[in-house]
Amino acid sequence: MKKQFCVIAAVCALGCLAVPAMAEEKAEGVMTFEEYQAADLDTEVTVETYVQAKQSWWEDTATLYTQDEDGAYFIYNAACSEEDYEKLVEGQKIKVTGYKSEWAGEIEIVDATIEIEDGNFIAEAVDVTDLLGKDEIEEHMNQKVSFKGMTVEKAGQDDDGQDVAYLYNYDGSGADGDDLYFNVSLDGQTYTFTVESYLCDKDSDVYKAVKELAIGDKVDLEGFLYWYEGVNPHITAVTAAE
Amino acid sequence: MKRTGLLLAWVLIPVLLFAGCHGSRQTTEFKVPEAFDTSKPIELTFWAKNDTNKTQTKVYERAIAGFESLYPNVTVNLRLYTDYGRIYNDVITNIATRTTPNVCITYPDHIATYLTGSNVVVPLDALLDDARYGLGGSEVGFDAPSRAQMTPEFLEECRLGEHYYAVPYMRSTEACYINKTYVEKLGYTVPDVLTWDFVWKVSEAAAKKDGDGVFALNGQKVMIPFIYKSTDNMMIQMLRQKGAGYSTGDGEIEIFNDTTRELLYTVAEHAGTGAFSTFKISSYPANFLNAGQCVFAVDSTAGSTWMGSHAPLSDISADKFVEFETAVRPVPQFDPEDPQMISQGPSICIFNKDDPQVVLASWLFTQYLLTNDVQIAYAQTEGYVPVTQLARDSEVYQDYLSRAGEDNSTYYDVKIEATRLLLENTTHTFVTPVFSGSASLRDAAGQMIENVTKSVRRRQTVDDAYMDDLFDQMTSLYRLDQLSGENGNREDLGPLPAASKALLITLAAVWVLMGAGVIFRKRG
Repeated sequence: MKKQFCVIAAVCALGCLAVPAMAEEKAEGVMTFEEYQAADLDTEVTVETYVQAKQSWWEDTATLYTQDEDGAYFIYNAACSEEDYEKLVEGQKIKVTGYKSEWAGEIEIVDATIEIEDGNFIAEAVDVTDLLGKDEIEEHMNQKVSFKGMTVEKAGQDDDGQDVAYLYNYDGSGADGDDLYFNVSLDGQTYTFTVESYLCDKDSDVYKAVKELAIGDKVDLEGFLYWYEGVNPHITAVTAAE
Repeated sequence: MKRTGLLLAWVLIPVLLFAGCHGSRQTTEFKVPEAFDTSKPIELTFWAKNDTNKTQTKVYERAIAGFESLYPNVTVNLRLYTDYGRIYNDVITNIATRTTPNVCITYPDHIATYLTGSNVVVPLDALLDDARYGLGGSEVGFDAPSRAQMTPEFLEECRLGEHYYAVPYMRSTEACYINKTYVEKLGYTVPDVLTWDFVWKVSEAAAKKDGDGVFALNGQKVMIPFIYKSTDNMMIQMLRQKGAGYSTGDGEIEIFNDTTRELLYTVAEHAGTGAFSTFKISSYPANFLNAGQCVFAVDSTAGSTWMGSHAPLSDISADKFVEFETAVRPVPQFDPEDPQMISQGPSICIFNKDDPQVVLASWLFTQYLLTNDVQIAYAQTEGYVPVTQLARDSEVYQDYLSRAGEDNSTYYDVKIEATRLLLENTTHTFVTPVFSGSASLRDAAGQMIENVTKSVRRRQTVDDAYMDDLFDQMTSLYRLDQLSGENGNREDLGPLPAASKALLITLAAVWVLMGAGVIFRKRG
C-alpha cells in the first residue's frame, strides 16, 4: 500500500522545506522544551514551536499539533484569526504564549495567543513501537510518532454479529464522518488507536484506509501521540507493514 | 474522546435573521390537512442526538423501522449527533437554505432562536388537540399517549410564549454521584439532601495532602474532591435556590448581581485550595470518580451509566478502577427543605415545509417517539425518565425500576437510582426562561465559573475589580446587551421596500458563504 498521509491543505507545497532547522537560541522569555516540561501546571508559558498539523479552527480559535527539535506542544483552542490560520502550514514557526494545562492526562497549552515567526521545521516521526505499554512513552506525548508491525484486531461487532476492524465512535454509536476507533496489537497486548475526524476527516486518505483494514492485517502507523486517560494516538497514516 | 460542548452559534445567527426577514420567501403557515394521504411517498429527515451510546442508536433505528412498517409510504432518514450544539449550528445554517430537517431533537432554548424566522418551526397547538391526528387521535395508527397522559411539567417546558413548539422526548436532571466510602472515611455521613456547605466542607477535608504530596484520603497524587460537569447548570441552580436574578421571562438579563458575585467568590475559594474543578478544566467527572480521585461528581442523570465502581461504560482502563460504594443524591441545595433542580433533556420540534402532508407525517413520527415501546427502551439506556404517564405507569417500566442491581447493564443500580431521583423530584424541577439569546445567557453563566476557577488556579487576583471586568467581558462576548427579549414572537410589519429587500438578500448571501466557510474550516 502506498504510504498515505493525512495532512492539512498546502502541506505538499512546503514538503520541499522539510529540512530540520538548526538548533536555535531561544529568544528572551522563551522557554526551552526542558523548561516547559519543568514548568508547573497552570503557569504561564511561552514557547517557540513549529506547526506539524492543524486539527481545527472554530470561532477564532485554533487547535494545533506542534513540535520543535526537542519535544512537542499541543495547542488547544488558541486565539487565532482565520487569516492567520491560513498561514499555519506544516512547518511554520510560531511563538505561543498561554497556560500549561492538563486535561484527562493530556499536557497542553490553553488560553494561548499565537505569533507567526520566520522559520520552518518538519519533524520526523519517532518510532515508539518498543515503548508501547511502558511509562517511558509519556516522554513522547504529542510528538509525531510511528508504530511498526502492528496487527489489526477486532474492534467490535456489527449488527449482524460479525467482527469488524473499526468502529464509528468508541462503541460504534456514530456514523460515517465520526471518529474511527480501531485496535492493533503487538506481542499479545492490544491498543486502541483513533482517526480523529477533525484532524483527518472522512475524505482523508487515512480515514478511507482504516475503513479498508481487515482483522489480521499487519500495518505500520504514523500519527501524533495524543493522550486521553492514557496513550490515544491520533493516526494520520496507515500502510501495509514492510 | 472529544471535548464536546455547546458551540456558540452567534456567528451564524444573522443568516437566520436575514433569511427570516420580511419579504424573503417563506414557507406557508401549516394547516392540519383533512386526512393523511397514505398513498403518497414521503421522505423525512430526522436529526437525533445520542449520548455516544450504541443502544440509543439502536432504539432510534427500531423506532424508525416500526413507524415505516405502519406507514409504508413514509421513509425516515436518521442523522445522528452526539452534541446539541452541533445540531443547533446545523439547523441555523439550514434555515437559511430552507433545508432544515423535518423532525429534530432539540432544546427549547434553541427553538427560541429558530423562531426568529417566520413559519420555520411548526406551532403544535392545533396538532396536539386535533381529534383525528392529535395526541392519541382517532386516525393515529398506533397507541400514542393522549395529551392528558403527557407529564404536564415537561410538556409545559415546550411552550414558548403562547404556543407549543415542541414536545418533550426524554427528561433528566443533574445528580451528585458520591464516593460514599470516602465520605465516611473522612468521618461524615451522606445526608438525604446535600447542602452546599456540606459538600464544600467535605471537599476541603478530602483535599488534604501528606508531606509527600500524596492525598491522605486516597493515597494517590491526584484528587479533585468536587467536580462539576456543566457549570452553566451549576450557576443557574445556585441562583434559583438563592432566589436571585438570572433573567426575566421577557429576556431581560439579571445575572450580573451581588448574589452571583458572592457565589463566584465561594467557587474561587474552593478552586484555590484544589477542592473544586470542572469538566472543561480537568476532564469528565466519571473518570476521576471511578479512579478514586473524586468524592462528589455532578453530572446529568443521563450520564449515570458512566458512574461508579461497576459502571458499564467507561473511558478509563479496568486497572484504574477503585472499589467504593456509590450514593446518588440531588444536586447540593441551599435550602434542603425546598430542593430545586434543573429539568433538562431532549425535546422534539417539527420544521415547517410547503407540503402539509409532509408536516403531518413528521407529526405522526413525532408521536411514535412518544409511544411506550420507544419511551421505555430509550429511558433504559441512561438515567432518563419517560415523558408520558402512560409509559411511567406501565408494567414493563415498573418492573424495570423494581429490578435495580440485578446486573450491571440494563438494571445497573446507579442508573436506576438516578432515574428514581428525577421521578421523585419532578415537582422540584424548573427550567430557565426561553427567549432568543437565552442559550447565550446560559453559556455566560457557566463561563463565569470556568473563568474564576482558572484564574485562581493561575494565582490571579479575584476581587471586585476582577468581577466587574468579568461581568463586562461576559456581556460583550455573549452579546447580552443586544438580546431582543422577544420570546420568539414576531410582529408582522408588512413587506419591506424593494431596496431594503435587495440589501438584505445580499447580506444573507454573504453570511451564507461565510457560514459555509466556517463549517468547512471546522471540519477540514
